Amino acid sequence: MTQPTQTERARPEAIKAVPVRHPGRWVAIAVLAVLGAMFLHLIFTNSGFRWSFIFLEYAEGKRGVMFTEPVLEGLRGTILLTLFSMVIGIVLGIIIAIMRLSPNKVLSSVAWAYTWFFRAVPRLVLAIIFGNLNILWTRIGFGLPFDKQIGALFGIDNFDGQIFSIRSTDLLAGFVAGMIALGLSEAAYMAEIVRAGIQSIDEGQSEAAVALGMSRSQVLRRVVLPQAMRVIVPPTGNEVIAMVKDTSLVAYVPVTTELFFQLQQVQARTFVVLPCLVAALIWYLIICSVLMVVQHFVERHFGKGYGAAGKARQRLRAIQVEQGGRVTPTDTGEGTP
Amino acid sequence: MTEMVRAENVHKSFGSLEVLKGVDLTVPEGGVSCVLGPSGSGKSTFLRCINHLEKLNAGRILVDGDLVGYRERGGKLHEMSERDVAKQRQSIGMVFQRFNLFPHMTVLDNVMEAPSRVKRENKGEVRERARALLDRVGLAEKMSNYPGQLSGGQQQRVAIARALAMRPKVMLFDEPTSALDPELVGEVLEVMKGLARDGMTMIVVTHEIGFAREVADEVVFMDGGVVVEKGSPSEIIANPQQERTKAFLSKVL
Ligand SMILES: Nc1ncnc2c1ncn2[C@@H]1O[C@H](COP(=O)(O)OP(=O)(O)OP(=O)(O)O)[C@@H](O)[C@H]1O
Ligand SMILES: [Mg+2]
Repeated sequence: MTQPTQTERARPEAIKAVPVRHPGRWVAIAVLAVLGAMFLHLIFTNSGFRWSFIFLEYAEGKRGVMFTEPVLEGLRGTILLTLFSMVIGIVLGIIIAIMRLSPNKVLSSVAWAYTWFFRAVPRLVLAIIFGNLNILWTRIGFGLPFDKQIGALFGIDNFDGQIFSIRSTDLLAGFVAGMIALGLSEAAYMAEIVRAGIQSIDEGQSEAAVALGMSRSQVLRRVVLPQAMRVIVPPTGNEVIAMVKDTSLVAYVPVTTELFFQLQQVQARTFVVLPCLVAALIWYLIICSVLMVVQHFVERHFGKGYGAAGKARQRLRAIQVEQGGRVTPTDTGEGTP
Repeated sequence: MTEMVRAENVHKSFGSLEVLKGVDLTVPEGGVSCVLGPSGSGKSTFLRCINHLEKLNAGRILVDGDLVGYRERGGKLHEMSERDVAKQRQSIGMVFQRFNLFPHMTVLDNVMEAPSRVKRENKGEVRERARALLDRVGLAEKMSNYPGQLSGGQQQRVAIARALAMRPKVMLFDEPTSALDPELVGEVLEVMKGLARDGMTMIVVTHEIGFAREVADEVVFMDGGVVVEKGSPSEIIANPQQERTKAFLSKVL
């Protein structure tokens, strides 16, 4: 039997119930508030921090230690080192990930061995080794491999198949050695991240792309990698931030244009320890905050077509179209003389 | 009438499992063949052999007179390079059970991708053609949406438009409506009927007996890696001769 459904009913009174109390939360908040107050009190009143040394003037007529020339140089070095070694790491990492996924056993084994080696060796050890590699070769060049041996085979003395070469102490010193050490190590981690990203993409995607007549590299560049980026970007953000901090290891190469090394130098000259460390800490916080903002936008870019953010943008675009290409009706300047 | 697709004695094994045990099929230009058969009978595998997504172990397949995946020189078969196989695939459209649209591209970009990137055709022309195709499948107003914002039926229609954008000589459909809610099946079948009317050569793996009866020029019943029976829809569907065909049809009808 079906009953005729009531179309309209009197709305009952809104519920007025006593909400559940959470005394535990209030205690926790109180404790945190006290701790926070103590921390702020410490920061602002303890003269040991010497804020003016950090921000304003660290010696007669000089800027605060955060902004002195050598420290800014070091900051630049840290940023460049992060940038270059991450570029090496990402490019090489993608190549190694692709090799690892290749049906060719030789390529995939080489990729596996690379990852195995560079993940096993600590970055600090790697940095020191690369600082000392120039012991192996006096010159490093580009050209025919094994040219001396080939020359000897045909009885030619001093056969030279090099197109150009430079002294290895010039190349494998300081900055470049540190950059290569960090980059090669990073590539091993990036390779694993990229591989996981590629493998997370449904097989049907590359199948559909292949069926359309795309080449293997087109499938990778246009279909698989752009989708894998969604999975790849967040852990890569972690890697970049870790790299910012790991650049301090190249002090052992040795590289001197590096943030932490420079602040330690100041520390050694002035015997002011804690403020120098705090200055380094503040710079690292600033760099990482900027990187997090960048990561947010990169993630949003590769999130196109997915989830709530993608849908919100789609709505915005629809509104734009409805309004004839503008988002805000006020920016036309209508009505203003 | 010229032959568009010709498969001769196609064999395919995965390891020790022989999935296709000598399949023959001929589809004339403009013809529509519907392939029926129980799960695991090798229907998908056969379709995937036609555009060389799977390599045959024996037999041969010709599309528009050209051997697929191989070249014959001096009585010997030479494997084609990946680039040449890709070129052949451009004229063989394929529609999958699970749509497989590219989720990171808009609907319009999905349709434009292959003609503009693979064939390097003029962008403006490709855009016009893509718009026309989307209009034809009834999705012109969804052009700037992403696939994730469409229903299954709409996604499958986009997938059909995407394959058509390459101006294929033949279209392969692998159970195009099996992943759809029942009320969405009709809209996809309508598009496919339209294609058949316009003279597209089609091979359709399907469980939609009604569609086969109405549209197919030939119905092929496969089981256990062989073609058990084939003929006109009225012969096969209304009056099957083989026991296996009868058993299958009694289950799906
Ligand atoms: N890549 C593969 N490796 C190993 N076995 C496979 C592979 N692809 C398919 N098979 C096997 O081949 C047989 C036929 O598979 P196929 O997908 O062609 O069947 P089908 O007729 O399309 O079935 P369905 O109606 O379920 O789609 C199955 O037993 C399947 O397990
Ligand atoms: Mg199948």
